[in-house]
Amino acid sequence: MSVTKTHDIAEIKARNRALIQEVLEVYPEKTAKRRAKHLNVQEAGKSDCGVKSNIKSVPGVMTIRGCAYAGSKGVVWGPIKDMIHISHGPVGCGQYSWAARRNYYIGTTGIDTFVTMQFTTDFQEKDIVFGGDKKLAKVMDEIQELFPLNNGITVQSECPIGLIGDDIEAVSKAKSKEYEGKTIVPVRCEGFRGVSQSLGHHIANDAIRDWVFDKIPADAAPRFETTPYDVAIIGDYNIGGDAWSSRILLEEMGLRVIAQWSGDGSLAELEATPKAKLNVLHCYRSMNYISRHMEEKYGIPWCEYNFFGPSKIAESLRKIASYFDDKIKEGAERVIAKYQPLMDAVIAKYRPRLEGKTVMLFVGGLRPRHVIGAYEDLGMEVVGTGYEFGHNDDYQRTAQHYVKDGTLIYDDVTGYEFEKFVEKIQPDLVGSGIKEKYVFQKMGVPFRQMHSWDYSGPYHGYDGFAIFARDMDMAINAPIWKMAKTPWKNVPEQTLLAAE
Amino acid sequence: MPQNADHVLDHLELFRGPEYQQMLAEKKRLFENPKDPAEVERIREWAKTPEYREKNFAREALTVNPAKACQPLGAVFAAVGFEGTIPFVHGSQGCVAYYRSHFSRHFKEPSSCVSSSMTEDAAVFGGLNNMIDGLANTYAMYKPKMIAVSTTCMAEVIGDDLNAFIKTSKEKGSVPADFDVPFAHTPAFVGSHITGYDNVMKGILEHFWDGKAGTAPKLERQPNEKINFIGGFDGYTVGNIREIKRLFQVMGVEATILCDNSDVWDTPTDGEFRMYDGGTTLEDTANAVHAKATISMQEYCTEKTLALAANHGHQVAAFNHPVGVTSTDRFLMEVSRITGKAIPEELARERGRLVDAIADSSAHIHGKKFAIYGDPDLCLGLAAFLLELGAEPTHVLATNGSKAWAEKVQALFNSSPFGANCHVYPGKDLWHMRSLLFTEPVDFLIGNTYGKYLERDTGTPLIRIGFPVFDRHHHHRYPVWGYQGGLNVLVTILDKIFDEIDKNTNVPSKTDYSFDIIR
Repeated sequence: MSVTKTHDIAEIKARNRALIQEVLEVYPEKTAKRRAKHLNVQEAGKSDCGVKSNIKSVPGVMTIRGCAYAGSKGVVWGPIKDMIHISHGPVGCGQYSWAARRNYYIGTTGIDTFVTMQFTTDFQEKDIVFGGDKKLAKVMDEIQELFPLNNGITVQSECPIGLIGDDIEAVSKAKSKEYEGKTIVPVRCEGFRGVSQSLGHHIANDAIRDWVFDKIPADAAPRFETTPYDVAIIGDYNIGGDAWSSRILLEEMGLRVIAQWSGDGSLAELEATPKAKLNVLHCYRSMNYISRHMEEKYGIPWCEYNFFGPSKIAESLRKIASYFDDKIKEGAERVIAKYQPLMDAVIAKYRPRLEGKTVMLFVGGLRPRHVIGAYEDLGMEVVGTGYEFGHNDDYQRTAQHYVKDGTLIYDDVTGYEFEKFVEKIQPDLVGSGIKEKYVFQKMGVPFRQMHSWDYSGPYHGYDGFAIFARDMDMAINAPIWKMAKTPWKNVPEQTLLAAE
Repeated sequence: MPQNADHVLDHLELFRGPEYQQMLAEKKRLFENPKDPAEVERIREWAKTPEYREKNFAREALTVNPAKACQPLGAVFAAVGFEGTIPFVHGSQGCVAYYRSHFSRHFKEPSSCVSSSMTEDAAVFGGLNNMIDGLANTYAMYKPKMIAVSTTCMAEVIGDDLNAFIKTSKEKGSVPADFDVPFAHTPAFVGSHITGYDNVMKGILEHFWDGKAGTAPKLERQPNEKINFIGGFDGYTVGNIREIKRLFQVMGVEATILCDNSDVWDTPTDGEFRMYDGGTTLEDTANAVHAKATISMQEYCTEKTLALAANHGHQVAAFNHPVGVTSTDRFLMEVSRITGKAIPEELARERGRLVDAIADSSAHIHGKKFAIYGDPDLCLGLAAFLLELGAEPTHVLATNGSKAWAEKVQALFNSSPFGANCHVYPGKDLWHMRSLLFTEPVDFLIGNTYGKYLERDTGTPLIRIGFPVFDRHHHHRYPVWGYQGGLNVLVTILDKIFDEIDKNTNVPSKTDYSFDIIR
């Protein structure tokens, strides 16, 4: 499909550099200077991707980023199923993020679990003028009365909270005391803090440290007997069931998963995590903070892993096993062997249909690098990638372990840049979010949402890889993409046009 | 191992297998500190009782599952209905990511909008520099014909002055002095998305009619025979606006559709991404001041806008999302009265076909009880239609409905014998609706996608009409206005009714004597 495909690496690099120069031309000078630092062509052997990251988005450019509230409520806290998360402020933030992230869980919603509900203080003008603390306190009372089986409450601050000087910590403490030590967590994740979702993850991690870990009484009776094989899954949000198709592998190799952070997670699991022997960390970006904290305070080592595609899964299972005895190491080999026939069958079926196809990615926390191996398992090539809210350590990992020489790198890409890059590179597939999906489909480019798995999934683990492969095939090889051009209009060979 | 390459199982089936079921049961038992199942069951039953309903309705502070969004969403909806216009939202950038996602999930279309990306420093010093840089970047990159500025709650709380900021930005050269940058303050903590729609519509019309924020002479109205038409915030805008244009064409009415997003949210897939498509031209927007009348399809979306039009000497008429025979009659007769154009025979025949369809099917709807929730005007339009079908709109709920709206709904109930046992609930949310459905059950629920949780919990079948609808595709492409639209709504309701009858009569040798092939 790609009409501009070229295999000479020097040619690719030259094209990509020219492309960067070309997109920068649209900007006013000051903006061009700022954006230039976020765009680069990967050079083999470099320790990072050569781009600036985690700095403020330029106003007016159509950044794809969200906010700190999205990082805390939407990502870290929202999936904790037995707690009620109050979107504290005006109605919108909670409304737009209501059940949109597909954090699967088991429970009786509205009775003992609450993930797909929208609890809000629905601020009115008088709350802005007179402050919202009294309303917040009353909201907590009403939650206690109407939802008596909730195991805790969090306060997810929206923009106005920090601006009007509310004291949500005082309200939380007072109500916690009134309700006999109930876990009530104030979170200062106002949307204007930081430059993206990322600070929201950090603030949410810190809130777990301060308001969950530090509140556990030293003499609290353990809820279960620990074993030498207890691990916690950190940074898996169970989108479409990802954490489940991961957990099953860890348990099959002989480990015991005592907690899931935070997809299908519960307060009890958060509280039990300091008893883990190892924290296994999937989304480094959103949960490295709490992993480091547990390492420092409780001496729990942590281990990054990647459960996308059989190559990375096998590598990860062995890496995780290396922290344990031979029984677990043998378990890892047993699991890898067990799923080998499935993986062989999946690859035999889909690789011939996908071999040589090119992909451009732009996603959030871990996926701009983590999914590359899964594409490569299918014979596909990632020719461009970038992070919505990555930091330099993400780009280091990307450069050192994932991307190839000549890959186009774009940090906090703008709508304009992304369209131009895709128009010129003409990949066979774009993987990004809902805001990007229809832009590229209009251009005739197959697309998969790589945040929500386009309402499919899971994509993690061996079971997930079969779905991943099927979905990429159905996106790229759908007959509809051959019909995008009107046959009676005699147009020049395939050109994907971005908006002018 | 249930997964296999020949028949790939996804989340719908994969986790139902014994391996996963056992794993999840163990997870719960060992690590989740679960509640006693008997206690969960007790609370679940208690939450269905009149006692719970009473506590639920006594809530004063907590909102659970509201059926409304915030002003800035409506602001963006209104702005993209104008030719070549990009909405510029002054405030935090995350909000804009949310609005774009929300619209894309409903319309299955791109939704372009920019933010001034204010962060902590802007919270302290104000967002002037963000406005100056942002307008310059947007203008250079996306080459709009107009940039419509609205706000998020952050900018409103710190008190940024849009008029002054835009003026300064123009002085600094962000955009040319004569470039159109209408604006509206749209605080999220006042009203809802329908208020934001109203504020931006008014802001844009004021800009063109009343001297572009003091930079141009006010337009002098020279009344002509045209009329202005405003649809309001409407999930069916694509199908509805097209249907309205057709009706006006058939009648020979010259009309300006103010805010026409029927093209920008329904662009073709043909190899080209159109960031802008269609929309009310800026010239037509300005000239709309000369119209003899301005008609709004949604009174509660256009309270300020219609007042502005009235102040400019327009006749004004407001409807409540008219659906069905009588409401469409009223709409067309009012258009006819204002324009002096007769309603042609063609439309009389369309009317007759809708009446014919209702007559064919009314036995299946007559006497059925419905709960409706949604925006205030939509609730009124649907309730009126149900009444003329002989159905009872038993519960009518709008989270963003006012007391005045409730009185209007009550008056509607009073106008029909089928309204005798119906109640209206202004300012309530979908958790209130849950109690209503348990304590005073109805046959069907009409609402947006979020109603599926009510369907799951209460067993009341959901008919999806409203905004947003994320989990069914393409219905926004079909009108619900006009006689044709009434037919679409009728069929949508009937399909659900028949599906339910079939579902309830399909057990072999038990209930399937009623599994009729003719209904």
